[in-house]
Amino acid sequence: MSVLSNISRRSWAVWQRNKDVFFFTWKTNFLPPFLEPILYLLAMGFGFGMLIQELPPPWDQYTYAEFLGPGLIAISAMYGAFFECTYGSFVRMHYQKTFDAIVATPLTIEDVIAGEILWGATKSFINASIVALVVAAFGLLSFPSFLLVIPITFLAGLAFGALAMIFTALVPNIDSFNYPFFLLITPMFLFSGTFFPLEILPEGVQAVALALPLTHTTIVMRDFGLGLFGWMDLLSLLYLTVLTLVAFYAAVWMMRRRLVS
Amino acid sequence: MDWVIEAEALTKKFEDLVAVDGISFRIAQGECFGFLGPNGAGKTTAIRMIQCVSPVTSGKLTVLGMDVGGRQREIKALLGVCPQEDNLDPDFTAWKNLLVYARYFGIRREEAEKRAKDLLEFMQLTEKKDVEIPKLSGGMKRRLVIARALMNDPKLLILDEPTTGLDPQARHLIWDKVRELRKRGVTVLITTHYMDEAQQLCERLVIMEKGRILVEGVPADLISRSVGSGVVEVLSPTDGMDAWLRKGEWIYEKAGDRAYLYTDDNRSLRERILREFPAANVIIRDATLEDVFLKLTGRGLRD
Ligand SMILES: Nc1ncnc2c1ncn2[C@@H]1O[C@H](COP(=O)(O)OP(=O)(O)O)[C@@H](O)[C@H]1O
Ligand SMILES: [Mg+2]
Repeated sequence: MSVLSNISRRSWAVWQRNKDVFFFTWKTNFLPPFLEPILYLLAMGFGFGMLIQELPPPWDQYTYAEFLGPGLIAISAMYGAFFECTYGSFVRMHYQKTFDAIVATPLTIEDVIAGEILWGATKSFINASIVALVVAAFGLLSFPSFLLVIPITFLAGLAFGALAMIFTALVPNIDSFNYPFFLLITPMFLFSGTFFPLEILPEGVQAVALALPLTHTTIVMRDFGLGLFGWMDLLSLLYLTVLTLVAFYAAVWMMRRRLVS
Repeated sequence: MDWVIEAEALTKKFEDLVAVDGISFRIAQGECFGFLGPNGAGKTTAIRMIQCVSPVTSGKLTVLGMDVGGRQREIKALLGVCPQEDNLDPDFTAWKNLLVYARYFGIRREEAEKRAKDLLEFMQLTEKKDVEIPKLSGGMKRRLVIARALMNDPKLLILDEPTTGLDPQARHLIWDKVRELRKRGVTVLITTHYMDEAQQLCERLVIMEKGRILVEGVPADLISRSVGSGVVEVLSPTDGMDAWLRKGEWIYEKAGDRAYLYTDDNRSLRERILREFPAANVIIRDATLEDVFLKLTGRGLRD
């Protein structure tokens, strides 16, 4: 299959390029993922959480802040790659002509897209790991099982990065990203078991939520973060892996269609 | 003979538009070959097929002995390309641009730094080493793109309109550098719509229009073959004068209020005109590629 056979180790040169840009301005890049979860934890976890007497089962033995912490990690993993592989990749592709410059070298367009998605996943990994450490520092995670959360941030990053790249292959201009953000990302942010347990939703709505990638990211993050393990985690990991493979293949294929004429 | 590029009936279609229409040409090792033609002639499209970023619709295209259909990574590793539109990386300095580009070719760090240093010096950009791209002038960006194209020590250097939009100083500097590269034995393929640029740099060229090759040859031959070596221009000829000018054994063309007469012996033609019409306003000059081009494509405005 040409999509896959056109991907090589040279993708790492694309990843390295983006990494170099990122570390040039590292101070501004590291601050938001560090400060944002603190603000959310203070306002939502400890502030808003004061109003909550008791969570419904099976979460009744946890405080609201403990429940919320892993949700924040999952949200950060989603936004990191999704932002990078929509706005970031589009700017490089369309305005900066970076992709054009790269495909004039021995790299293929498939290498470029693979490198971009890997970099998007790395952004998720960096941002969400920082969030995980902050949440852990507040004493809201169980040690050492929460360390398993770290590799999951990268897996989730691959899934959301590949998904984002599909939109980047489709949008006519940069403003069009409002649609996936408004129709997909924001609803996921709110309704994927991030801020409240899915169990309190009507069953039909629960089924819809279970189709969303952030739901499965949150399930795994919360279970691993709080030291719980179950069958559902395996299913969720399988979901994220399959989504990654399918979306990655589609994204690379669609990008070739968009860019090679 | 080792051909660097061999194209046979090379064709590129975009939906219903034929951008390159069955062109055939060969470029030899070590020569400077030109694609000359107005905007939209298909020069860039042809180049993008040569650099393996745009698939061939039909025809045969071999670069450095390899078919562009199959061995794209290998071909691209041996090419240096200065694209028509600058696509330097605005996130980096001049220096870092060269190093990051070298990484795409898998060139080791020390080697890349050595080449980057030499090339910045060669293109007279050493003092701009740490300047960010948006702060470079158009001419500097162009020179940096050429330096970048040389980072992998290419067998073939492709320059797509390297001096369009530059001031005369910047153009001459680039011409000098291209000549120096030629002396070192680099094969160069250059596109331009400036006739003087082609005449200055190219040993052989094709003139293209609407995706086709109109003529191919050595600039001096092309000129003497299609228009003769000299030109006489008659400014604002009267009707009577115009009728007389039309009937000679020279080639006659009219554009605006000026008549162009092509002949090898432009001095004696001027004298004949002045004997016939003492009040005529007559200029003589050597014929250029521009005359060839305008004769082939007509002097009317396009677009
Ligand atoms: N990607 C493309 N899709 C559709 N048409 C194109 C594309 N690229 C070039 N063309 C058309 O092909 C023709 C030749 O363009 P081009 O090769 O850029 O000419 P030149 O470089 O000689 O100015 C033009 O009519 C141009 O509009
Ligand atoms: Mg062009």
